Amino acid sequence: MEFTVNGDQVRMPGTPDVYALLAHLELPDEGVAVAVEGVVRPKTQWGEPVPEYSRIDVLTAVQGG
Amino acid sequence: MVAGRELTSRLIMGTGGASSLDVLERALVASGTELTTVAMRRVRPGSGTGVLDLLRRLGIAVLPNTAGCHTAAEALLTAQLAREATGTSLVKLEVVADERTLLPDPVELVDAARALVADGFEVMAYTNDDPVLARRLENLGAAAVMPLGSPIGTGLGIANPHNIEMIVARAGVPVVLDAGIGTASDAALAMELGCDAVLLASAVTRAVDPEAMAVAMRHAVLGGRLAARAGRIPKRFWAHASSPAPDPRC
Repeated sequence: MEFTVNGDQVRMPGTPDVYALLAHLELPDEGVAVAVEGVVRPKTQWGEPVPEYSRIDVLTAVQGG
Repeated sequence: MVAGRELTSRLIMGTGGASSLDVLERALVASGTELTTVAMRRVRPGSGTGVLDLLRRLGIAVLPNTAGCHTAAEALLTAQLAREATGTSLVKLEVVADERTLLPDPVELVDAARALVADGFEVMAYTNDDPVLARRLENLGAAAVMPLGSPIGTGLGIANPHNIEMIVARAGVPVVLDAGIGTASDAALAMELGCDAVLLASAVTRAVDPEAMAVAMRHAVLGGRLAARAGRIPKRFWAHASSPAPDPRC
């Protein structure tokens, strides 16, 4: 399946959920937040499959302000 | 007291601009701050969540901001992501009009404040030094109003002290002077004008010696607060001797 994660094209087998996507990309699963198609996906729903071709953003806190 | 949280330090530090996490840590500790801002950005492989780990270790509460947002919709999404990532509903609402001035866009700011309050956020609203806008934000439910002294990162100090005084005079929520602080006397002046706290980042993180400047800011905020409470003498046009009148000449 194909997704866009943080602006980059990502291909993965099967029907991954958010946890699988983060693990595949070696991204942390603590201290981050995820939006799918511009809508926040709460962590309680990270176990649900992500629709193919979704635009996914993974954000964390950085120095700023 | 901000949004139900009691802070003993009236200096809120930002984490932006520090050359490294090590420099940032020393500045944060020296400042004595108990609340510090972070921004939300895309995470990259290997970049980790370093600043959150640092703040957790130092026991400093996180104040996520919506820096980089230009519309109410962007600010709402960023705040929601920040709440997910950091677990706090406290947010520094920042909606700027353009990158050159970084001045708040009043229309988008008001819309964003309304939306965030409705979504359960405790909104600390970064705003222009406009008493009317500050009052409107408070009426919308902002937990604090944070007027700028001058544009972000300029270090120009407080361009319109009278406006800050007017905001303070009518505010029913904490007033935090946010942005434009260049050196310790600016922070002291903000407190002397009656602000409840000062939020600054660049003045410390981009100083030649960030740790020393953090100490200076801590003392400046304390000194300004004490001076405000002590009650300054009125300004006079003519001199007024503090020594007794001279003895009659022989």
